[in-house]
Amino acid sequence: MLYRENGQFKTSYAADQQIFPILQDRWAIGLLLLAAFVAMPMLGSEYFFRAILIPFLILALAALGLNILVGYCGQISLGTGAFMAVGAYAAYNFMVRIDGMPLIGAMLLGGLSATVIGVLFGIPSLRIKGLYLAVATLAAQFFTDWAFLRIGWFTNNSTSGSVSVGNLSVFGIALDSPVSKYLFCLSVVCVFALMAKNLTRSAIGRQWMAIRDMDVAAAVIGIRPVYAKLTAFAVSSFIVGVAGVLWAFVHLGAWEPAAFSIDRSFQLLFMVIIGGLGSISGAFLGAAFMVLLPVVLDQMPHWLGIPISTATVSHLVHMIFGALIVFFLIVEPHGLAKLWSVGKQKMRLWPFPH
Amino acid sequence: MGFFLETLFGGLMAGMLYSLIALGFVLIYKASGVFNFAQGAMVLFAALAMARFAEWFPKWFGFESLLLANLLAFIAAMALMVVLAWAIERLCLSKLVNQEGITLLMATLGIAYFLDGFGQTLFGSDIYSINVGMPKDPAFILEGMFEGGVMVSKEDLVAAVIAALLVVVLALFFQKTKTGRALRAVADDHQAAQSIGIPLNKIWVIVWSVAGFAALIAGIIWGSKLGVQFTLSLVALKALPVVILGGLTSVPGAIIGGLIIGVGEKLSEIYIGPMLGGGIEIWFAYVLALGFLLVRPQGLFGEKIIDRV
Amino acid sequence: MDMNDINSAASAAAGPGRRFGEVILDLQNISLRFGGVKALTDISFNVREHEIRSIIGPNGAGKSSMLNVINGVYHPQEGKILHHGQERKRLEPYMAARQGIARTFQNIALFKGMSVLDNIMTGRNLKMKSNILQMALYWGAAQKEEIAHREKVEEVIDFLEIQDVRKTPVGQLPYGLQKRVELGRALAAEPSMLLLDEPMAGMNVEEKQDMCRFILDVNDQFGTTIVLIEHDMGVVMDISDRVVVLDYGKKIGDGAPDEVRNNEDVIRAYLGTSH
Repeated sequence: MLYRENGQFKTSYAADQQIFPILQDRWAIGLLLLAAFVAMPMLGSEYFFRAILIPFLILALAALGLNILVGYCGQISLGTGAFMAVGAYAAYNFMVRIDGMPLIGAMLLGGLSATVIGVLFGIPSLRIKGLYLAVATLAAQFFTDWAFLRIGWFTNNSTSGSVSVGNLSVFGIALDSPVSKYLFCLSVVCVFALMAKNLTRSAIGRQWMAIRDMDVAAAVIGIRPVYAKLTAFAVSSFIVGVAGVLWAFVHLGAWEPAAFSIDRSFQLLFMVIIGGLGSISGAFLGAAFMVLLPVVLDQMPHWLGIPISTATVSHLVHMIFGALIVFFLIVEPHGLAKLWSVGKQKMRLWPFPH
Repeated sequence: MGFFLETLFGGLMAGMLYSLIALGFVLIYKASGVFNFAQGAMVLFAALAMARFAEWFPKWFGFESLLLANLLAFIAAMALMVVLAWAIERLCLSKLVNQEGITLLMATLGIAYFLDGFGQTLFGSDIYSINVGMPKDPAFILEGMFEGGVMVSKEDLVAAVIAALLVVVLALFFQKTKTGRALRAVADDHQAAQSIGIPLNKIWVIVWSVAGFAALIAGIIWGSKLGVQFTLSLVALKALPVVILGGLTSVPGAIIGGLIIGVGEKLSEIYIGPMLGGGIEIWFAYVLALGFLLVRPQGLFGEKIIDRV
Repeated sequence: MDMNDINSAASAAAGPGRRFGEVILDLQNISLRFGGVKALTDISFNVREHEIRSIIGPNGAGKSSMLNVINGVYHPQEGKILHHGQERKRLEPYMAARQGIARTFQNIALFKGMSVLDNIMTGRNLKMKSNILQMALYWGAAQKEEIAHREKVEEVIDFLEIQDVRKTPVGQLPYGLQKRVELGRALAAEPSMLLLDEPMAGMNVEEKQDMCRFILDVNDQFGTTIVLIEHDMGVVMDISDRVVVLDYGKKIGDGAPDEVRNNEDVIRAYLGTSH
């Protein structure tokens, strides 16, 4: 009964084109942001920030980037981990090699480096489609895995193969506590989510979706496939690269190439599928699901008093994810995000559906 | 020269096994248009089943013959692969008919994940061995031509012979049997095949079973060489560049692509690898396939793709 | 109002001599092959400004291929194409769109995942000038541009009378409306030439009447040149200025509807040969 748009008439196209045209949605998102920025830092425990919230935010950002490519532009990528790695290692090199490089600067430069590599590996998408492109992006994945392991220059010739950063600070504020790291990630994610949403509701977003839905028809109405696909690769890899920087710098602190392996790529793809292809909120829902499920399954034996080994839990997680992927592809290709909007639609009509 | 030949043979043997896995891909792609990412997981699953059944059966039924254990394990593992094929068709493929290739690809990724978890839950996640009596000692050939001859592993030779046999059997199956003809009809045109009364579902179950069979053979050979473990599922990722190189729809393409990649990988590792810091085997196949895609997207033997409006 | 009324009203409004401007598109000796299959053989015809030019012929005659040649989806092996008197080099579809050629497809080619509004907005794509950064910020110029184009698109939506479904995903619309949306997407680009591939296929009489009205209105109000493929001979003969007839990839007739109607080759192609 509370969720109604009756009486909310749009008198301008600007009002009709807002991100959240319904008043109640604007309230809800306002409250959510308030909770995330104000309430959470006061309530959350250190474990909660470190093990759940920070990974959730960063993976949601990476999934968001991937969703632009897969969900909006219809180009599959199995090499997301590679682009995260490029962002992370590039930012690391900017940090160590240039004195006084600020974190945000390194982060953006890392993102730009990922953009360059992303566009480079996106070039095959101009000639090849679908399945073939999957192989091209896998090539990116395996190549970067190797490059960051074997080419000493990238790791500043670190003997162990692992690199680390310390003493992060933003505008003079040290990122030394989980709360400060959380707030930093949250801010970055909010900015990027807003910009991604803006892109997807603008001309460029429509070009991506047109290419996704029917590329020949898109070309016939004047969309250049080259431009649309490569911008999707560029924007997507930029966001993914920034997520890689956050993952390495803020979440891990010290890392090696295995942090960005093909498993990471698959994990992100699954987030996008489960969360919802072609939806910004889907990236967040998918990430939340993928981060929470293993935690819940891990705790489950304790709650139920059944002893299950950690190995078994990880196999169960595999099985559940696998089954859910198939389930969502069959039943609801637009994922959790679609279920959510269907739910809202019902709410608008409730309790009188006819 | 002797060293070069050794490397070459090593590459051919490895390539034969890639071909075997690639064959599974090609079969399924031809008959159902599905790019089966789960082929690697199927290899792991089949190998796990084989290894564990061969270990369990003698204990359960109280006999000692290794031959009998292997035979029974093989039958049981094959039966399991057929059940799996049926389940995949029933629960997944039949519900995704007429979906786009990219959706099907993602679905097989889901299947792969499920199988990885399922197999290891059922059969355990340690390293297991398969002992089907493959000879382990090396042999020396061409001793007259080079000092010390060229060393080849007998195991590899046996494996190559088995792989070659399998290819011949599959080719005969496709060309000579009624089911084979139906399979080819389905591969050419789903709807036309259905309209002359070929049951699509049954065909798919058969194709996935045959792919399961190829996976089982590949799993046994790889497994007896390197042990059955999770990485087997990743080795199968090498088969992707093989099918790209050979052409997605071509059985001979899978074989030749596999050989090219096997040989190229080994030779490049020896002769180019040291210049780049080594370990280039990880990406060599993929970069080769990628380069190839840009020049000839349909692969060596694939059919040309024409877009219609 | 029945079909004849619409048409006679339209042609009365048009009046003699208003149409038939300059030749703006001249196809000379076009041949197109796919491998060994000849789709088009040595076809020449031209299109004049403002006219409604129909292409007819039995199934498989090469009509759609002809449109695909005009807007660069296919590239003929032989022949010349003059557009506004200039010989055209190899041209990709998006370049044809830039030169003011829009089209609809025989099998609806809408963007299924998008709403009616977004589909038609894609038609404005060429005219939008904001860069990616401006769009990401969605501030000032980018937003103004978006709203300005939205206004244009709303005009198209009004014109085609599809206001009530503007936010509906196109996949959920009935067939006839989808065809209308596709026309809308083409119109949003404000093309100088519109290629319509069987816009009335599969429609009932009322839907056909509506579609005829839209086509004539577009031609009349905006002066858009129209190249039309249609199977309904009644419609073709009524609304076309000139008709070209294809059969097995060859041209067998060309001229005003009446001439074509009485052309023996054409009659034979449609009715079969009697011996």
